[in-house]
Amino acid sequence: MPTITYREAVRHALAEEIERDEAVVLLGEEVAQFNGSYKVSEGLLERFGPKRIVDTPISEAGFIGMGVGASMLGLRPVMELMFWSFYSVAFDQILNNAANVRYMSGGQINCPIVIRGPANGGTNVGATHSHTPENVLANHPGVKVVVPATPYDAKGLLKSAIRDNDPVMFLENTLLYGEKGEVPEDEYLIPLGQADIKREGTDLTIVTYGRCVLHSLAAAETLAAEHGLSVEIVDLRSIRPLDIDTVLHSVAKTHRVLIVEEQKPFCSVATQLAYMIQRDAFDELDAPIKRLSTIDAPAIYSPPVEIEQLPNPKRIIAAALDAME
Amino acid sequence: MADIIEMPKLSDTMTVGTLVKWLKKEGDSVSNGDMLAEVETDKATMELESFFDGTLLKCFVEAGAQVEIGSPLCAIGEKGETVEAPAPKAPAPAENAQPATAAPATPAAAPITPAAITPTPASSPIVPAPASAAPAAAGSSAAGKLRISPLAKKLAAEKGIDPTRVKGSGPGGRIVRADILAAEKNPAAAAQSAGAAAGARPAKPTWAWRSALDKSAIQAPGIAPLSNMRATIAKRLVESKTQFPHFYLEIEVDAAPLGALREQLNAGLGADGVRLSVNDLILKAAALALRAVPAVNASWSDAGIVSHGATHVSFAVAIDDGLITPVIKDTDRKTVFEISAEAKDLAKRAKAKKLAPAEFTGGTFCVSNLGMMGITRFHAIINPPNAAILAVGATVKKPVVVKDQITIGERMVITLSCDHRVVDGALAAQFMNAVKAHLETPALLLV
Repeated sequence: MPTITYREAVRHALAEEIERDEAVVLLGEEVAQFNGSYKVSEGLLERFGPKRIVDTPISEAGFIGMGVGASMLGLRPVMELMFWSFYSVAFDQILNNAANVRYMSGGQINCPIVIRGPANGGTNVGATHSHTPENVLANHPGVKVVVPATPYDAKGLLKSAIRDNDPVMFLENTLLYGEKGEVPEDEYLIPLGQADIKREGTDLTIVTYGRCVLHSLAAAETLAAEHGLSVEIVDLRSIRPLDIDTVLHSVAKTHRVLIVEEQKPFCSVATQLAYMIQRDAFDELDAPIKRLSTIDAPAIYSPPVEIEQLPNPKRIIAAALDAME
Repeated sequence: MADIIEMPKLSDTMTVGTLVKWLKKEGDSVSNGDMLAEVETDKATMELESFFDGTLLKCFVEAGAQVEIGSPLCAIGEKGETVEAPAPKAPAPAENAQPATAAPATPAAAPITPAAITPTPASSPIVPAPASAAPAAAGSSAAGKLRISPLAKKLAAEKGIDPTRVKGSGPGGRIVRADILAAEKNPAAAAQSAGAAAGARPAKPTWAWRSALDKSAIQAPGIAPLSNMRATIAKRLVESKTQFPHFYLEIEVDAAPLGALREQLNAGLGADGVRLSVNDLILKAAALALRAVPAVNASWSDAGIVSHGATHVSFAVAIDDGLITPVIKDTDRKTVFEISAEAKDLAKRAKAKKLAPAEFTGGTFCVSNLGMMGITRFHAIINPPNAAILAVGATVKKPVVVKDQITIGERMVITLSCDHRVVDGALAAQFMNAVKAHLETPALLLV
């Protein structure tokens, strides 16, 4: 199986879907002539031409609104945000219009739009460029939210997202673009709303997603080697729809849970998960549900401090040991 | 020379016993009176007591194994001695198998060669766990509030362990799963606490709402191997329902006087520890009705109808994985207060699977009560070799006609299942009217 980068996996998914379905177009700042701010769309303009790969002005409200309208009229636009941090400029277009149009039209109008781009901290780009809005997005019925951690998941989930008839928020990560992984050459899809056990274990369940999956896997190695702990890692992959069943089955197996998220803690994804786990698996819990989030402050500009603000293997190990008390 | 401990015969119907768990392991030193293992019969789980001092040299069977009566379980001897597994033997004669007949007669010294092994009756009697085991230090209740994880709490309930006697090892002394599992391995503490927990309140169905949105499997599919108890229930009830020609009589009882009497007695004598249940009064009423209509106090046999000279009324107790029917001997001769105390004690020990065989055999009539669980009426299957069983429903308020006026009454439906080979309809009707008369004139129950 070929080993490719996350960046290439996203590019392959885009190329395959643009080729497969003439309604699929890619729009965004710098996606065409500049080959994308992170080179995700490199070569696509050359291959598919300016009608399918379209540069937009630096105006999220404008071009996301255009994409929402286009999707209501039958296109399947993939909109690239240079940073998910700027979704708030298009908050009304995404969460008031796209999220609600199917419901408000009585099912007559679909909105098959995908909005994608990186949403992460850890790159020393400051508080206004480091938001992780998956919790805010998932709070809105009508949208789907996907946060893939690996090249394999990124490709399979993006293809499913493009084919989905509802607005799908696809959150990538600039620090994952260079990560490599095995991706089959043959076509495959990963359904939205299906979590994945990234590592099996018996003592503790870590529920996580996105780049924290990689941190958790690294932490699990240390926990096994130095503390004799067998950690199971559940990668949610989709925040909404949420595969709570896989989480609950894992909790029923290990009886202890740590949720790890690159999220500010207040009203975060972990908050919702913790509620659902105690509601449905209360009698399986042998200890309180623990979580590890981003430390509750605007993204810190100092690189060494920002590393400690975010979940990292060292913090995850400490939190896991705390959960085992 | 090592002594061989064999599987004893612990109940009339027992042919094999399950070695549930070894409480000692090979190499452990063993003293007279130590518990060696837990053995499950078709009726109850009991502990195997050692009457030898020495070292547990060899366990011949593994935990979970089904062992025929008389087959060797383990060998006890001097440290360093070697033993070979003896061949299984034919079951010991029944008279040698009275449980708990103590008298640890000096057993014949058994040579280790299999051929030379002689039966050593009473060498390995099984006795119920001592009721006065020292409680484990309670370390988890600060200011009367028990700190326990939800999982540990559930496990404790499943295993019949009283968590207030378990020391917690989690933060702030919280009891966690590992503590319950450790307590389970300490049978003395667990046995006592099991009794304490079981007697607390009548069995309630353990079910909980499950959201329709919860799409997980309702349970793991599969086949659970039959416990001895489950197999016995199946065998006896299939025998009963296929061979005993059942018929059913139902009668409605005015339960208001019974409820009033019970309230008066419990209020007046509560300080003296009296807490009568409706079922206690029904046991007494059934016994008195059997006195009045003794032909129901009988059993079918191929030789003829067996009339029983005394009323031993049993009552069904739901326990983990099944039910058991402890017997109150000479029920008609006991006061309701004696019956109540005895029934509570039997039910408590039944739930802990600590009944001696004599305590759940020899019944001449049976009462099954689902009233406390809200069931208004049902038909029970006769418990062989009885000729009848009384099924008791809940007392409910309902409109009734009294002197041509509709008024609010309290009614209870009781249903008799009869073996028609022994009891005919008219006879059964007499019996039911006798039960009704006693229940509706409950002062008679105090005589």
